Amino acid sequence: MKEPQGTSGLIFNEPLLWEKGKEGRIGFSMPRRDVVPSPVDEGLAGDGPDFPDLSEVDVVRHYTRLSQWNFGVDTGMYPLGSCTMKYNPKINERQAALPGFADAHPLLPAELSQGALELMWHLERYLAEITGMDAVTLQPAAGAHGELTGMLIVHAYHTGRGSRRSKILVPDTAHGTNPASAALCGFSSVAVRSDERGIIPPEAVAAVMDEDTAGIMITNPNTLGLFEENIREIADIVHAKGGLVYGDGANMNAVMGIVQMGKIGFDVMHLNLHKTFSTPHGGGGPGSGPVCVKDFLAPLLPVPRVVHSEEGYRLSEAFPESIGRLHAFHGNFGVLLKAFCYIMSMGGGGLKRASQLAVLNANYIKENLEETLYLPYKRPCMHECVFSDKLQETEKITTLDMAKRLMDYGFHPPTIYFPLVVHGAMMIEPTETESKEDIDRFIEAIRAIATEARDNPDLLREAPARPKVRRLDETAAARKPCLTG
Amino acid sequence: MRYLPHTEEEIASMLRVVGTEDLDGLFSPVPPDCKMGTALDLPDALTEWELGAFMNGLAATMATSPAYKIFMGGGSYEHYIPESVSYLLGRSEFSTAYTPYQPEISQGTLQAIYEYQTLTARLLGMEVANASMYDGASALAEALLMAIRITKRKRVALSPLIHPHYRAVVRTYLGPGGHELVELPSLENGRTDISGLAGMDDLAAVAIQSPNFFGCIENLKAAGEAIHEAGALFIASFTEPLAYGLFKNPGCQGADIVCGEGQSLGIPRSFGGPGLGMFTCRMKHVRNMPGRLVGKTADRDGRAGFVLTLATREQHIRREKANSNICTNNSLCALASAMYLASVGGTGIRDLASLNYDKTEYLKRGLRGVGCTVPFDSSTFNEFVVEFPKGFKDTYSRLLEKRIVAGIILGNWYPELPNHSLLCVTETTTKEDMDELIREVGS
Repeated sequence: MKEPQGTSGLIFNEPLLWEKGKEGRIGFSMPRRDVVPSPVDEGLAGDGPDFPDLSEVDVVRHYTRLSQWNFGVDTGMYPLGSCTMKYNPKINERQAALPGFADAHPLLPAELSQGALELMWHLERYLAEITGMDAVTLQPAAGAHGELTGMLIVHAYHTGRGSRRSKILVPDTAHGTNPASAALCGFSSVAVRSDERGIIPPEAVAAVMDEDTAGIMITNPNTLGLFEENIREIADIVHAKGGLVYGDGANMNAVMGIVQMGKIGFDVMHLNLHKTFSTPHGGGGPGSGPVCVKDFLAPLLPVPRVVHSEEGYRLSEAFPESIGRLHAFHGNFGVLLKAFCYIMSMGGGGLKRASQLAVLNANYIKENLEETLYLPYKRPCMHECVFSDKLQETEKITTLDMAKRLMDYGFHPPTIYFPLVVHGAMMIEPTETESKEDIDRFIEAIRAIATEARDNPDLLREAPARPKVRRLDETAAARKPCLTG
Repeated sequence: MRYLPHTEEEIASMLRVVGTEDLDGLFSPVPPDCKMGTALDLPDALTEWELGAFMNGLAATMATSPAYKIFMGGGSYEHYIPESVSYLLGRSEFSTAYTPYQPEISQGTLQAIYEYQTLTARLLGMEVANASMYDGASALAEALLMAIRITKRKRVALSPLIHPHYRAVVRTYLGPGGHELVELPSLENGRTDISGLAGMDDLAAVAIQSPNFFGCIENLKAAGEAIHEAGALFIASFTEPLAYGLFKNPGCQGADIVCGEGQSLGIPRSFGGPGLGMFTCRMKHVRNMPGRLVGKTADRDGRAGFVLTLATREQHIRREKANSNICTNNSLCALASAMYLASVGGTGIRDLASLNYDKTEYLKRGLRGVGCTVPFDSSTFNEFVVEFPKGFKDTYSRLLEKRIVAGIILGNWYPELPNHSLLCVTETTTKEDMDELIREVGS
């Protein structure tokens, strides 16, 4: 084993913001006062908030030190399953910061905002092509927001046909947000169990699909990293009972240029631009969750929509069947722009190549670790593979212990304890932007940890040892919540 | 492709390990009738330099200052953003991390969000703030759903002076659940008319925005008393939180939930997003709150640290019984606002808010002086409604030709205000810009 990448550099302690500063300091260049003061209604005036006064240097050091306690994709391999932590191209940050975009007011007249509208119009077309769908809304601000939009469309579709349906099918391999999104539309979730191969058997869908069921929400590839091979048959079953097929596109990174979901039975699906299309995850957002639909659902898409005519591009609300508005303006334009730049930089061939290499990396890891970790579904995977801690049970070592130990080796842990269908799951998604040598190092680290689990299990139970803090007491945090200082 | 590190030799050796002949062979689990027969029909890949030129071209078509004088607010505001904030926000340890599920290597994000929660709670005068929502509109919709959960009632009332887009988002969110929305009337002074609340005893919540869409400061204290008298929860919404540097915050006036848009606090307008949904409530309602929360705790050695907490409210644990479906939020924008508030500081925010107020009053006086009517006499912050003299549309178009965007036309949303514009002034607006607008309108 080479020397682990994780090491303890000089890490600084840093107090909370309000424990710093002195009254009278400022970190802001106050604009010149070129007007006289005006009286303020005394009954309405307040005292202003109790904030610390800090200099620019105070603020810069504070956040620089905080940033050094964080692990990001730019720090190292971040194989967080289902999150697609691929490299975020730097050039796209520059494009988003162009004053023409960053300073643009969202309610500018159309003739003064042609560039932004043109970009949105083209991005809609590109996403439609990638998914094999016909029309797209860019408004949803994240994946779950896209799911809600999709479910509202499903709800409106049935209501428009005079039918009220109360249920929605959700496989056990779906994302946790799916049932919560469906519940917002008044649908109750009916679980569909995956089979011993990790995919949904058509019979399981046929057994529960009825005319009170609005449709099915399918993540494809699913959260086990497996392609739903029966998807066409499942779609036929759902369609035959008048239901719609919703696709959670969180895992689209596996199949760009390989599968167009609109051509294999999906009616509506969302994408996560912060996953598949490389926009930075931002420590938990902002994301973007466009929703793509087939033609027959296009009239239901949120307004406003970008329309194009000889006079140019403009926003239109003239869609009377629309489900309405989902965002204060037009969605997370700054994120849309970066995804657009990514597609323009990759081209169709580049996107396909990205998916191929994402799948290659995941299968390479799966092959190399099959002896080390328990693999519940021994089949070729797509962009991610799911192991468990079953082989380590004898040493009473858990997935959590191994995940924490990985930090000491300089890696971000995989997604753990998800999907729920695998006990002690460890969901590894390397993405295409990890090189073979980084993946080899990761494999080596997991093997070394498995050896430690046998020979020196306390190393794992006490892990992590190298980060700034050791394991944190989450139970105490929830029992006596301290949410502000 | 520079983002794809694999050499052909590496691909070949990895394929040998996997036991597949070529890259296409990796997709054997995909049934043949599910595979695309053709290549994606997308434009050819651009080089970094070609992309830069293309984007420069698109950006050049956009009207922004200083070439244009844009007096537009309406939920999206031009404020100076210190270079230090943009610079710090670009640190990729922050921007390229995800949700801090692994706290030991996410303490930077976690402490920063804990600080954001604290600053937000102090700014709005509330007890607890979450880690962010998507924007002000979805935050309001979620606040109403929260009130419906708490009170177990299905009817809510909204001020007509809440941003029209926010009300539209609320209708979208609440529509399928069978909830009833009541819109209150407004008064001649540009404030919400709360006199009808006395007769309504089945309301889950009443939502009022202050400063409201017309820029007017509402009498939140009186509204809160009337709302509580009616047995409903009081939700205060906002689009311009800088106002609370000068005016009383909603928390000290009795609001139960305060939520709104934080774009003003160090976040570029970016054609409307990403912004920042700020969301706060009373501690007694925290378990009904949507969204993530960061809490303080200790590690095994007793050192202070931060974790995501109270996750049992959230979708990944409670699935369909969750308070909300929100997962990814607008974390980096929350971080930007915390950096901004730290830079401006307690003394600075009062000075900055006063400057914004004084500049707005200057323009108001000036426009009155050239024959414009300011129809609402309530105090305002940054924005106010103005009725142009003679031929509104001609004036607006004439000003556009001179690269002045004279506010937001109100007639589409409020037909009773056909010749009216919503004008916005901030610290970025110079006296010269305002004098030019006054001169042009008066000419």
